[in-house]
Amino acid sequence: MSTETSRAGRDRWIDACARARATAPAGTAWMDGLRAGAAARFADVGFPTTRDEAWRYTSLSAVENGRFDPHPAPRPEALTPDLFQQLTFEPWDCNHLVFLNGRYAPDLSRAARLPAGVRLTSLAEAVVAVPDLVEPHLGRLADARGRTVTDLNTALMSDGLFLHVPRGAVVQEPIHALFVSMANGSPAMSHPRNLVVLEEGAQAAVVESYAGIDGGAYLTNTVTEIAAGDNAVVDHVRLVRETAAAVHLSHLEARLGRSAGVSSHIVTLGGGLVRHDVDAVLDGEGAECTLNGLYVLEGAQHVDNHTLIDHARPNGTSRELYKGVLDGRSRGIFDGTIIVRPDAQKSDARQINRNLLLSEDALADSKPTLMIRADDVKCSHAATIGQIEENALFYLRSRGLSEEMARSLLVQAFVSDILGRIRIGPVRAGLECLLFTRLPRHHAPRETA
Amino acid sequence: MLEIRNLRAKAGGREILKGIDLAVRTGEVHAIMGPNGSGKSTLAHVLAGRETVEVTQGEVLYDGRNLLGMAPEMRAREGVFLAFQYPVEIPGVSNMYLLKAAVNAVRKHRGEPEYDAMEFLALVKERMKLVEMDQALLNRAVNEGFSGGEKKRNEVFQMAVLDPRLCVLDETDSGLDIDALRIVAGGVNALRGPRRAMIVITHYQRLLSYIVPDRVHVLAQGRIVTSGGKELALRLEEKGYAWIEGQTAGPAAPAARV
Repeated sequence: MSTETSRAGRDRWIDACARARATAPAGTAWMDGLRAGAAARFADVGFPTTRDEAWRYTSLSAVENGRFDPHPAPRPEALTPDLFQQLTFEPWDCNHLVFLNGRYAPDLSRAARLPAGVRLTSLAEAVVAVPDLVEPHLGRLADARGRTVTDLNTALMSDGLFLHVPRGAVVQEPIHALFVSMANGSPAMSHPRNLVVLEEGAQAAVVESYAGIDGGAYLTNTVTEIAAGDNAVVDHVRLVRETAAAVHLSHLEARLGRSAGVSSHIVTLGGGLVRHDVDAVLDGEGAECTLNGLYVLEGAQHVDNHTLIDHARPNGTSRELYKGVLDGRSRGIFDGTIIVRPDAQKSDARQINRNLLLSEDALADSKPTLMIRADDVKCSHAATIGQIEENALFYLRSRGLSEEMARSLLVQAFVSDILGRIRIGPVRAGLECLLFTRLPRHHAPRETA
Repeated sequence: MLEIRNLRAKAGGREILKGIDLAVRTGEVHAIMGPNGSGKSTLAHVLAGRETVEVTQGEVLYDGRNLLGMAPEMRAREGVFLAFQYPVEIPGVSNMYLLKAAVNAVRKHRGEPEYDAMEFLALVKERMKLVEMDQALLNRAVNEGFSGGEKKRNEVFQMAVLDPRLCVLDETDSGLDIDALRIVAGGVNALRGPRRAMIVITHYQRLLSYIVPDRVHVLAQGRIVTSGGKELALRLEEKGYAWIEGQTAGPAAPAARV
């Protein structure tokens, strides 16, 4: 790739940002300011390159030089009732917001049975209807990172989930934001933006899932910001099942107040090129953060998980477990950093990354980094890359299980602890179903008899 | 039921079995004794189909059919069971799940309908008594965190549930205290019968006070150096393996035929 094509690529993106500003709904000057600032930062720096340490494994040149239609009309008819049921984990009956090619689809969505004072709408609606709830948070968390892919999202953001849970309110039922991409001639792109704000002592569970329903190429560049106030509890799941031709870039930014608890599970099954940036800041004393991830890859999939857990205050706890199952020529990357700031004494951080290679050509990279600036902390990390154990395989076969079933069972066993930690039952069950039908035949998840 | 003829096998590039001949008839219990490194476990693994052991010569007939040509799972379905010396821990797979999958694989192979949950549970409950198995272990992951005794008991329990025709017990007594040994041996004895054969591999004579064999074979340096009745085990106990090794030192040691 020459510098010239790269410059032409960047210029196209700068133009796209300008057009997005020009066509954005009027009346919200602060939103325009947000977009303009982000566009300017992107124009300055452009896309990261593999010369950036944080991007050394993942090249975005295909995105930079790709041509994506920013306003692809969805074809709602492509989303058949069967598919829709599958994507919404039927018979799970929960509140869901559905977005087709980044556009909110109110007809397919439902926000009912919510406790008083809880706001669940599309972000675009919220920007107009309740700017005072949006403005203090939108972009405040994610845009300060110097991440130009995030800036691009801010400059181009279309729509997404907005959830505001007032002080002390508990939303029992999980909320599902479903983003469906479908091709319509040229490759599509969407820049979903989700904002989840929980005030002090509030509680909610949010699932975001991304799916492509035809084999087409497209780009999803999504940013989710979670602000968990003091003592708030957030359960978060992201499920990525984009198509093999799709690029999925995501940034999750969570800020935890005093004694807040945020638990996030990011499960990547689909997508050709996937990059997750996850940042959690334990910004109040005694916050507790769980970041788990699972990537089950095949073919030529490339998935890059980048996490940062920032212990900024004392007595925080973080638990991180990322597991990869890599088949075919796939590549899975885990790059996890834990920072413990000088006054974050008594921090307790544990990070584990385990990879299971199912083929000779699959590749796993694991890069844990601890940056400890305090002296009274408990921090550990571990990383393994292995194959199916011959011993275990023989043991199972010697009991009459076919080699295929034995392998499948061992892979299931490998992923079962991550799945088991997902507390949203229907999502866990749906995932088990998805995974175990996709893993080498023979499924039937674990049972307790 | 089982006929091993001039079996030679290599593991890790070294020849371990150097011409084994052994015949076991239905209903019989054979003990194979021998010092460490004599090839006992290698023989057990060859019978179960371990791919890391390479058979270089000879044949093994099971009911007149070529056992060595069968995949490990086919052997299991045909009724060959190996109780492992070191049962493998498999985190994430419940004991019950494995057992049910195994039982149904065998039943399917025999053309019998698969057990449903209720039938399976009834079978399990009945067989558990044989080895005084703690029900809590059933719902735990396979062998994970089990004590040595619990692991061995679990092997015999699996054997009882799978109802094999040829049982190979590889040092099932090693590392057991006397109570566990009694329980495990009791389970094995309960499974003795006219339609089943057993090969009990052990380092110590002690087990054979509980499981009384029909024949005893002594394996040393990859060959069966002597065979006899149950009294052979006692003689070994008394004189130690040095006695046998002394005998095999000379070139004249003929392979015992049974």
